[in-house]
Amino acid sequence: MHRIRLNEKISPNVGKMIVDAPDVARYRKPGQFIMLRIDECGERIPLTIADVDTALGTITLYYQIVGKTTENMARLKAGGHLKDVAGPLGHPTEIIKFGTAVCVGGGIGVAPIYPIAAALHRAGNKVVGVIGARTKNLLILEKEMGEVSERLIVCTDDGSHGRKAFVTEALGEIMAAEKVDIVVAIGPVPMMRAVSELTRPSGIKTLVSLNSVMVDGTGMCGGCRVTVNGEKRFTCVDGPEFDGHQVNFEELVMRLNTYRDEEAVSMREHRCRLGEVDHEG
Amino acid sequence: MKDKVPRQSMPEQPPAQRVRNYKEVPLGYSDETARLEASRCLQCKRPTCVDGCPVRVDIPGFIKAIRDGDFLSSIHLIKTTNSLPAVCGRVCPQEEQCEKLCVLTKKGESVAIGKLERFAADYEREREQLEIRAAAEMKEGRVAIVGSGPAGLTAAGELAKMGYRVTVFEAFHNAGGVLVYGIPEFRLPKAIVQYEIDALAKLGVEIVLNRVVGSAGTVNDLLSEGFDAVFIGTGAGLPLFLDIPGENLQGVYSANEYLTRANLMKAYKFPEYDTPIARGDSIAVVGGGNVAMDSARMALRLGSKKVHLIYRRSRAEMPARVEEVHHAEEEGVLFQLLTNPVRFIGDEQGRLKAVECVRMELGEPDDSGRRRPVVVKGSEFTIDIDVAIVAIGNGPNPLIPRTTPGLAVSKWGNIVADDESMKTSRKGVFAGGDIVTGAATVILAMGAGRKAAMAINTYLQTGEW
Ligand SMILES: Cc1cc2nc3c(=O)[nH]c(=O)nc-3n(C[C@H](O)[C@H](O)[C@H](O)COP(=O)(O)OP(=O)(O)OC[C@H]3O[C@@H](n4cnc5c(N)ncnc54)[C@H](O)[C@@H]3O)c2cc1C
Ligand SMILES: Cc1cc2nc3c(=O)[nH]c(=O)nc-3n(C[C@H](O)[C@H](O)[C@H](O)COP(=O)(O)OP(=O)(O)OC[C@H]3O[C@@H](n4cnc5c(N)ncnc54)[C@H](O)[C@@H]3O)c2cc1C
Ligand code: SF4
Ligand code: FES
Repeated sequence: MHRIRLNEKISPNVGKMIVDAPDVARYRKPGQFIMLRIDECGERIPLTIADVDTALGTITLYYQIVGKTTENMARLKAGGHLKDVAGPLGHPTEIIKFGTAVCVGGGIGVAPIYPIAAALHRAGNKVVGVIGARTKNLLILEKEMGEVSERLIVCTDDGSHGRKAFVTEALGEIMAAEKVDIVVAIGPVPMMRAVSELTRPSGIKTLVSLNSVMVDGTGMCGGCRVTVNGEKRFTCVDGPEFDGHQVNFEELVMRLNTYRDEEAVSMREHRCRLGEVDHEG
Repeated sequence: MKDKVPRQSMPEQPPAQRVRNYKEVPLGYSDETARLEASRCLQCKRPTCVDGCPVRVDIPGFIKAIRDGDFLSSIHLIKTTNSLPAVCGRVCPQEEQCEKLCVLTKKGESVAIGKLERFAADYEREREQLEIRAAAEMKEGRVAIVGSGPAGLTAAGELAKMGYRVTVFEAFHNAGGVLVYGIPEFRLPKAIVQYEIDALAKLGVEIVLNRVVGSAGTVNDLLSEGFDAVFIGTGAGLPLFLDIPGENLQGVYSANEYLTRANLMKAYKFPEYDTPIARGDSIAVVGGGNVAMDSARMALRLGSKKVHLIYRRSRAEMPARVEEVHHAEEEGVLFQLLTNPVRFIGDEQGRLKAVECVRMELGEPDDSGRRRPVVVKGSEFTIDIDVAIVAIGNGPNPLIPRTTPGLAVSKWGNIVADDESMKTSRKGVFAGGDIVTGAATVILAMGAGRKAAMAINTYLQTGEW
């Protein structure tokens, strides 16, 4: 059992949770994730470790409320518990001095991009942050990203905060203005795909973090398989980061739809039991 | 004449009933039936059956005790060499091991050794007569066990009984390895596995769940953090795929994923349990081993109307236990023998809708001695399906070898360990079970765990490698 120290909403659809997990905190490197299970009946879901406090033995998670598990997470109170936390899992991000690194985060993708940006910053890179969301109140970690970026560009689709633009537009301008050595992009699949297409012609190394559906997270089930450079790779152990120019995004999107019907059933039953009908976006 | 008594069959749930539940299929012997079956044993002076058992259970001895109605002595005798008899009695391929060498086999039917073993173990458990033989005195030395499958559990139990402080690290939130995530409830009730794990806890073994060694600390970390020896029993946990077109369509599973969702995550209770599983109307399972049988029978229970089992050789070459093949057939699994899938076909949304197959015939024997399947030209045909389960085997999971410098592995990636001592190329590190042998059996994994425990004891007592 893992005690919850803090759980709060930081935007209408994103929660922040700090939870005790000393073993995870001890070994974790940027780019890694955990698998958690809320309770006995819960699904195992992957979440990126956004931050750790090794002295306290805690880890910080940011989760977007999209379905049953994340909605249940949002209901948990400090002092409560998560049943299982396994990790750290996945290949850590390669953190070396590249030069200029553009870290692009879209929506909840800002959560996993943040520890990577911070590590790249510590390793002496010039970090340019580009973060975006549909609208102002869905934007997360702006302050934190600002602290680790030499320059931070904020975009919203509706122009309610920062620039009215997509993150790709901002990235294009940066690429036009200066030499970029690496791009790390994390967010919705269409965004990662667009970023990869943008950097492909100039051959700028582009890392994306794939959000395939996982069960064990240890390379045992093969459910998280993706095609990279024509080969079968397992996101949980070979990734989650891959070369964006080599990822078969079409297949990823297709496989993410596997449980659409079941997820709907799960939510419906869940809401019925809770006697709830409303749901924000 | 003793051999006039026929081999006693075990009552089973009728097929039509059992495909609608997840309860165990064979129901167990009554005391009387067990004694009657035990009376068939000839009590050979030189019992050949024992040679067929990888851990050399004293078969005539335990059977005699059952015959005499001394059921607890019987189980105590078994447990001197086999620490998981309730499991082995259910899942050992007996017809290939102990029962194959029983002298009665030549005259007709062997003694039902496995069923008697199950009986003795169940007798003890159901009456809560478990005997905890804790160590008389504690010994110096701490041992880390990585993986809680039959290899790890056996090593842990033996070492704890010798008086060592033992910690088992398990990646999942439940201990038991394949016994809990792979083999379904209807063949091995999870309560039985849990009972064995509770017994270990009573012996003082510490079990740390959710700890993936290699990722959350390496084997080296364990050695430098106070463990004097490490046993690696991480199993064969890397699913093999067919590498044919369409294998990443929605609805194509590895057996590991399918069974893990169904068993460990209890997807069969969805939506009470959150983990979903695709429940197709028509399913194809590819393979012919126990894993394929378990997947096919699970699919029937999850509500599939048609379950095709596609196997490229003939029935005689199927590696599954005879009993499982028989059960699958009774339950209505459709055997597509001498058949091989060549391509999965999907709809516009990427959902699986059919599998294209070819017929095969058997040619010359290959390296394994089995006749090699050869494609019959022009025999392509398709089967409409909405879920496919690939159960063609597992390779070794590379996580530990990748993160343990100096640990020798074979060209297939299995950890190299000495046959007798289970020592690896790294001082203080032992390994056994499927990670060493490749996917094998529960009893072989246990045998390896036991040998490792002996060798770890010697190493910790002498310090010699
Ligand atoms: C390596 C990795 C790191 C991630 N990090 C974060 C993070 O830091 N913050 C965050 O908000 N989200 C993260 N995700 C996504 C997160 O796992 C899903 O949002 C979550 O599983 C949704 O669960 P649910 O029950 O609330 O929703 P559901 O209704 O079950 O699912 C909603 C959608 O989430 C995805 N999903 C569902 N189950 C799983 C699963 N078992 N594994 C992966 N994806 C699934 C599917 O695309 C699905 O359509 C990460 C995913 C991966 C693979
Ligand atoms: C579906 C199925 C049916 C089978 N049926 C039969 C049968 O009828 N009869 C029979 O004799 N055999 C059967 N087998 C084979 C048998 O189950 C295996 O041979 C046996 O379980 C191997 O034992 P093991 O201890 O080596 O590994 P496993 O049982 O595989 O256990 C390994 C454990 O280690 C854990 N682990 C892996 N990596 C790490 C890590 N890095 N850190 C921490 N923990 C880790 C895993 O989560 C797992 O719990 C079957 C196998 C399957 C999959
Ligand atoms: S452990 Fe397996 S092989 Fe040995 S006697 Fe029991 S059933 Fe037979
Ligand atoms: S989640 Fe099972 S192999 Fe990656």
